[in-house]
Amino acid sequence: MIEVLFFAGLKEEAGMASMQVDAIGMTVEEMCEKYLVKLNLPSLDKAMTAINEEYAPGSAVLNSGDVVAFIPPVSGG
Amino acid sequence: MPIDSGEVINKVVRPEAGAVSTFIGIAREFTKGKRTLFLEYEAYVPMAEKKLAEIGKEINERWPDAKTAIAHRVGRLDISDIAVVIAVSTPHRADAFEASRYAIERIKEMVPIWKRENWEDGTEWLGDQLEKVAGEPGKESAGSD
Repeated sequence: MIEVLFFAGLKEEAGMASMQVDAIGMTVEEMCEKYLVKLNLPSLDKAMTAINEEYAPGSAVLNSGDVVAFIPPVSGG
Repeated sequence: MPIDSGEVINKVVRPEAGAVSTFIGIAREFTKGKRTLFLEYEAYVPMAEKKLAEIGKEINERWPDAKTAIAHRVGRLDISDIAVVIAVSTPHRADAFEASRYAIERIKEMVPIWKRENWEDGTEWLGDQLEKVAGEPGKESAGSD
């Protein structure tokens, strides 16, 4: 399984902080298409992707146990 | 937990250093006339800690003699509470000023921390950085605003 994390405004849109998806072998983009499009997350387009706490492109392929985080535009400081 | 700025500064004081530059970010009440009641910060904590450490490494690539310490708060902050403290020590002052500026600009580009403004008339998650290079936020625009 793959764990998906949501933060900030994206977490509010999703109505949850995390979810599990069966997306081993898919790219991040394919996983979004299959599991996230139907959730209607307007902020997803603006979010960056991190896999296992490192920024990664949408073309990255997911492995078992990966943690995918969608990172809305940051505003720390 | 409030940040003790003295504690952050003490982490970089050492015999080789002749300068410590600190940047302290605090919760602002008025933004273009609009009143903030309080702020809430959220972080992807393990990744944020990694990215803050990376900023320290980036600073050492540019200013090899620098030592950096950064503390960032999460949760609710009232007006004038400290959100972030950056301390950079270097042998000479010019590098300390520059490296301190570099650290806060990089935090605003690539560290997964989010600020929620709680205005008098509503709330809003802030954030407007754009990815310049896939997977490497701000990589080509370090130091820009």
